[in-house]
Parts: sequence; C-alpha cells; structure tokens
Amino acid sequence: MESANRRLGTFCAIPLLAVLAVSFVAPLTVVAAFSVMPQKVFNLANVPDFSAYAELVRQGYWKSLAWSLGMAFASTIILAVICWPLAYGMSKVFGRFTLVITIAVVMTLFVSENIRLFGWVLTLMKGGLIEGHLRAWTGQGIDGLLYNVPVIVFGLVYVYFPFMLFPLAQGIAMVPDDARQAAADLGASRMQILREIELPLAAPGIVVGSLLSFVLAAGALAESKLLGGQAVIVIADEVETAFTYGQDWPLGSALSMTLILIIGGLSIFGITRVDLDAIMGRKR
Amino acid sequence: MTADPILRLDSIVKRFGSFTALHGVSLDIREGEFLTIVGPSGSGKSTLIRLLVGMDELSEGKNWLRGERIDRTPANRRPTCMVFQSLALFPHRSVGQNIEFPLKIQGVKEHARRERALELMDLLHLPQSYYTKGINQCSGGEKQRVALARALAFDPEILFFDEPLSALDYRLRKALEKELKDLHVRTGKTFVYITHSLEEAMVMSDRIAIMREGQFEQIAVADEIYARPVSRFVAEFMGEVNLFDVEGTTSGGLHGKGVEIHVNGEASEFGVELPLGQKGALMVRPEFVRFLSSGETADFIVRGILRAEYALGSRIQYEVEAADGTRMTVEKLREDRFSGQSGDEVILGWDIENAHMIREE
Repeated sequence: MESANRRLGTFCAIPLLAVLAVSFVAPLTVVAAFSVMPQKVFNLANVPDFSAYAELVRQGYWKSLAWSLGMAFASTIILAVICWPLAYGMSKVFGRFTLVITIAVVMTLFVSENIRLFGWVLTLMKGGLIEGHLRAWTGQGIDGLLYNVPVIVFGLVYVYFPFMLFPLAQGIAMVPDDARQAAADLGASRMQILREIELPLAAPGIVVGSLLSFVLAAGALAESKLLGGQAVIVIADEVETAFTYGQDWPLGSALSMTLILIIGGLSIFGITRVDLDAIMGRKR
Repeated sequence: MTADPILRLDSIVKRFGSFTALHGVSLDIREGEFLTIVGPSGSGKSTLIRLLVGMDELSEGKNWLRGERIDRTPANRRPTCMVFQSLALFPHRSVGQNIEFPLKIQGVKEHARRERALELMDLLHLPQSYYTKGINQCSGGEKQRVALARALAFDPEILFFDEPLSALDYRLRKALEKELKDLHVRTGKTFVYITHSLEEAMVMSDRIAIMREGQFEQIAVADEIYARPVSRFVAEFMGEVNLFDVEGTTSGGLHGKGVEIHVNGEASEFGVELPLGQKGALMVRPEFVRFLSSGETADFIVRGILRAEYALGSRIQYEVEAADGTRMTVEKLREDRFSGQSGDEVILGWDIENAHMIREE
C-alpha cells in the first residue's frame, strides 16, 4: 500500500517536474553554460574558459555584489525587528483586527512596486512633500533625502515588508500559548521567554520570512535606481547592463551565477536548519 | 491545625467583563497538605488556579504566601508553579532540557543542572536514557512525568495541578494518581490539585474543597464530605445518594414523604433532628440501605418495587421505585447479592447512624 501510494505520487508529480525542468532548470543551465564561455560571445559553441569570472574579480564587480548582499542583509535584520511586534500582535493579540492589517498590507501589493517607489521619490525629493512643506513653513530648506544608501535600505524594507510580516506571523502563531505561560510560571522573564521559547519555536517563520526578503532584496533593482540614484550600483543593475549595453552575455551570466550560488547556498543552509513542514501545516 | 497557612486567600473576586467567575473565595492552604479543588466544569476552579499562580489578575481580594501579599506579583516572580492540563512541555527541547529549564533560568551551571535532572528522572521512574529523548517521542504517561519533574526542578513552595491526568486512559490515570500521592509524601511539598473527577480527589487528597458557581460549597476531609455533605449539591456531586424531603414535627420528630420514620428523641443525638416546620433533605448513601425481610425493622423504611439491577464489577447496584414514585439506589457487594427479580415488591431500610440531615433554609 505504502509503495503503491509512493508510485502514484511520483506519477502525479511528473507534469510539474516537466514544467519545472523546462521553465526553471533549462534557463539556469543555459546561464551556467554561458558563464564559462569566452567573453562577448553569443553562442555556446566555444571552448569554455573562466575569463568572465576573472573579469568579474578584476573589474571590481564584487563591490556591487557586496553592496547588494549588505543592503539585503541590513534590510532583512531591520524587517525582522520591526515586523516582530506587529506579527506578534497579529497572531496573538489583535483577534479580528488582524484581518484589517492583512488586507491593508496586501492592498499595497496591488499597486506596482515602481509606482509606489515613485510615490516615495515625490515624498522625499528636494522640493517634494517633506522638504517642500518644511521650507514653506520654516523658510529653511534641507538637502534632499534621496540618493544615499540608507534610503535604498528604507526602500527595500518598505517593499519587502509583507514578505517578512506574514511568514513571521505564521511562525509566531505556532508558539503555543501554554508554553509561554509555563515558562513564565517557571520563573522566566519576558526576555528569557523570547530567547528560550518564542524565537526557537517561531524559527521556521523567521527563516522563511528572512530568506524571502533577503533573496528578493539581494536581487532588487528598482529601489537602488529610483531612490538611490547612482549612489551605489547593485548587482542586478550590473547584470542588466552586461546583458544589454555591455553586450557581454558571459559576463552577465557569470555575475548571475555568482549571485545564484551565494543565495542558493544561504537558502539551503537556512532551510535545512528548520522544520519547514511545521509551517506548511503538516502535523509534526 | 495551629500552623500558619502557607497560602491564604481572602474574599477573592474575579470578573471577566460583566461575568463574575469567582464570588469572594476564601481558603487557607496548609503547609504540606494535598488539597484538591473539585467542581463541575465552569465552576471557576481553573480561573482560581490561574489567579493563584499569577497568570491572571484578581479583580478584588487579597492573597498571602507565608504572610506576604502576592496578589500583584507576576507569575515569574512567584515561588509557585503549575502542571498544566496540556502539560505545556517545550516541544523543541529534549526531556532533559525540559526538566532543566527552571534551573537554566536561575542560572544554575550545566553540570549541576544535569545532575539534578537525572535525580528527578530517577524519582519519577524515567530511564536515564530519556535525557536526550525528544518530547514528542514520549508517551502520554512519560510526558506527565517529565512535566512533573520540570515542576519539581523549580522547587516550588506550592505545586499546583490543573487536571493533568484528564487526558490519560483509565488504567494509567489510576496508576499515576497513586504515584502522585506517593510523590507528595516523599517530597513533603504542598500540592494543590484541581479536577472535576471526584474519584481522583478521594484517592489522593488530604482535604477536598468543593466548588460550585465560583464559590466553595464545603471544604473538609474526604470522609467528612462524603458522609456529611452540607448541601444537596455536594451530596449529589460526591456520588450516588438517596435524598428525601423531610420536615420537623411538633413531637420533635421528623415527617417525610415516601419514607416511614421510626425515630423520635434520638434524632438529635445523631444530628438528624429538625426544628418544627424547618425543611431538610434526609440523606443515605446506597451502600447503607438494606433489603428488609418481612417483620424486620429499621429506623427508616421505604416500600417500593425493584426496577433494575446493574453489575458494577465488585458491587451490584439496584434501582427501586418507591411507592410515591421517587427512585432509590441501593448498592451491595457482589457476595451480598440480593436475590430479587425485577418487578418484585421490596422493603428497604437503614439506620439512624447512617443517615445525615442536610438543613435547608
């Protein structure tokens, strides 16, 4: 019975596997293959060398990579810290009011990311909503708030907020109330409960939320372009440039592969640390 | 009992919005006793225990632990702890880590923690190899022991129990009841136990407090509560009982519907007298009722028809319909089985020393 079920399961998975192979594995393979081609070629019929990777190191592309990963890391930490209280409230305190917050946060996703970021540009730019009012009221202007690294991080935090909030709320919902109460009853302070009970038990939610926001933020482009101007160049920007203006597919592929390997490694590391089944709803 | 109480509750009131769960509850818990609070669900016993461990705040009243006011002290600063109904074990921790949790919180060194945990596991008959076992790999009974060990590791002044055995099957429950009582003797700690099961209360407790609608009906030792309940509620809650409405008569005797009463002066001697015109409920437990042969007499007699017979294992229970329609229950040991058929006319009788009077306003 068991093995019959298993065989049926494999059989049913075939269509999805086929779709994944065509839509996901195939392009990746092409990118991987291009990344080892000599520079500036447009087909795969060449002798592989690793000149694109050498170029990546030589031209200082690692700086863009470091900026992307650094800002993604910063925004993930900030997101985790600011989302925790709200997620906690949503799963333990607010009751029906949680629905209102959920709808409000989801509604922001109805508007395109670029349009929302332009909204922030209008708000933050010199002569914009904030600076303009300030100058009109006080007669004293300030420098524009745009085009620096903190504002890019702010943009990342703003855009990927839902991707941290919902998994986190789900994770916190998995912390049984009685475990928290028992810990308090056994003498644990609020901080000790957080460290010993809530963080470990909500870990699947924290990991999923962090991975989602980190992965998305590391590959993000719009925030640095719109809010950051040219303050820093992020890796996604470099990839785009290599494929378009640069006309250097192997370089673009090498940059992509590097990003994919780093993020993939981090994801696998994260996912193997926690019990994902728990958050996906399967009973432990 | 001259010793000061370890925990004193003085007119504790708890309200949830417009609903009052506890109506001024007072109780002295004595050092080292096993006190069980029994009541049907919704009687407020769980609310009370949550107040006593500090998980909820009381609305009114005072509460002292060894002479010190603790009613505003949060749960984590009280030297008491509770074994939850759900046990509330930490699923992400091993058996050993669960037991050591309170010690870790107190900052006890790892080596000393481990030693204490193994000691407690020994006390609770958990094999040492369980130290590294995951909580979810333990059986129900093992989880109970882990929860108990964890509570004992905290070394509380008072250990509270919120129906921890209710989810277990009958045999395991019976075994753990006895173990718990044994543990109480061995640790010498004050145990306060909450249950809706009278049997559990009777087996384990020194004293029983019966709770009803947010108030204590009676607080006494088990035998006292069983033999001399103060109200119909307690009488009925404490198992099968026969009750008759009676009234005091001019001659100092008793008059009742459906029951022949052959007592006069001696009623006061046994505490079953009633002043003229006062109403009461005359009580007798089923095991004290005899089947009388013709000519035999007793202080109280009821005539009726045998309606049913139920085998309860070691005992047999009989249901008799009295002449006025009231139902009576009689219990006999299997060896004293009554040889009557359903539909037979029977005469039931009992003596004054087995009777009890519940006085009513």
